[in-house]
Amino acid sequence: MSDHRKFVQIRHAQKSFGTLEVLKDISLTVERGQIVAIIGPSGSGKSTLLRAINDLDPLTGGEVWLDGVQVNKSLPFRQYEKHINQMRQDIGMVFQHFNLFPHMTARENVTMAPKMLKGLSKEEADKLAEEQLDKVGMLERMDYYPSQLSGGQKQRVAIARALAMKPKLMLFDEATSALDPELVDEVNQVMKKLAEEHMTMIIVTHEMDFAASVCDRVLFMDQGVVVEEGPPSVVFKNPEKERTRAFLRKHLEGAK
Amino acid sequence: MDMDLMLRVYPFFLQAAGTTILLSVLTALLGLACGTLGAAARLSRFAFVRFLGAAYVSVFRGTPALIQLFILYFGGPQIGIQLDAFEAGVIGLGINAGAYMTETIRGAIISIDKGQKEAARTLGLSRWQAMYRIILPQAARLMVRPLGVNLNMLIKATALVAAISVIELTYTAQRYIGSTYKPFEMFLLAGVLYMIIIYATGRAVAWLDRKVQIT
Repeated sequence: MSDHRKFVQIRHAQKSFGTLEVLKDISLTVERGQIVAIIGPSGSGKSTLLRAINDLDPLTGGEVWLDGVQVNKSLPFRQYEKHINQMRQDIGMVFQHFNLFPHMTARENVTMAPKMLKGLSKEEADKLAEEQLDKVGMLERMDYYPSQLSGGQKQRVAIARALAMKPKLMLFDEATSALDPELVDEVNQVMKKLAEEHMTMIIVTHEMDFAASVCDRVLFMDQGVVVEEGPPSVVFKNPEKERTRAFLRKHLEGAK
Repeated sequence: MDMDLMLRVYPFFLQAAGTTILLSVLTALLGLACGTLGAAARLSRFAFVRFLGAAYVSVFRGTPALIQLFILYFGGPQIGIQLDAFEAGVIGLGINAGAYMTETIRGAIISIDKGQKEAARTLGLSRWQAMYRIILPQAARLMVRPLGVNLNMLIKATALVAAISVIELTYTAQRYIGSTYKPFEMFLLAGVLYMIIIYATGRAVAWLDRKVQIT
């Protein structure tokens, strides 16, 4: 058997919608503290792969392991629900459209799940909210509702919300794609900070510069397969595959 | 127009309006209960339960409320359901209103962006926790106005129970026509009272709607 001691392991991931195969036998290992970026054209399956890790989009074949436990175990419905809810507490996720809870303040967004799932008292929860919102530079806006925040601020609160569950792994699904260009940097700064704290992260992104500067490894996906994989210095500067080169060429031109 | 007559009989109409209000309140409560159950059924993960919910809505929205009342009140005793007119009115109209409310409640729930559920589930919340802590509080705010429309329709539908001789506004108007031969005055009086009830509820709904909006 291959090594389940690896921190995150995706083995032979396969996903089809009817006859459309969006993931074709993808395997990926991420070590503890590593930061992996997944890049590729839209429709390449990169978001689907990311969303398979916490079973938001269940795989049709293959396995996902986190820290020695299989995430997508086959269990009867009720047992599986219990298992996956437990697993998800350890996997933070940040979405392209933030998905903050609009009926709760920033503070409540952050404390809701820890209070509900970990039984934190009000004092503990408030302390946690201050800690996490301070980390993303949103302490002053603690009692604002999402509708009163800018896109960048919303995303920083969303990151704090995910971090409040003290996850072992963070997933970022195009976290800056919906932001105005001038707001991208404040979110990137937060992600950089997490990188410095050795948070294990898997990041689906369109931002090549950001990926190059923080990631240990880059995966280029196209049409449901990993075309090329390696350190950013190689994938970005000296890609082996023509498809990777074509994608980067198009993307870098587009950025100009 | 015979104003004197109207002034003389209006206390009796007020009393009847009280019955109409009581009928409306009870019907609304039963309707809300049926609507909540119906919406839960329509959104169940079991196909058979979803079917039951859909069947409930089709049957009760697909037939006249008057026929439903007649079946319950006049047909009921034949199958062992003995209800007095008021009970039959509340139950019949309540179940009927519930079918409309089912769709209102379900509509509000499914209109909540699916990213909300995903975010909640991602944090580790169960399906039920995500529903009552994240989805329902948002959906409830969206429901206020359309449920207000359901309420408006339901109040007007209470006039139907005159046909099974519940002594409410419409029935009272008809009774006084029998002794006064003044249908214009009597129906006008009833109409005005209905309008006051509906106007007041409309204002209350609008107030509630403003009150529950997020900031």
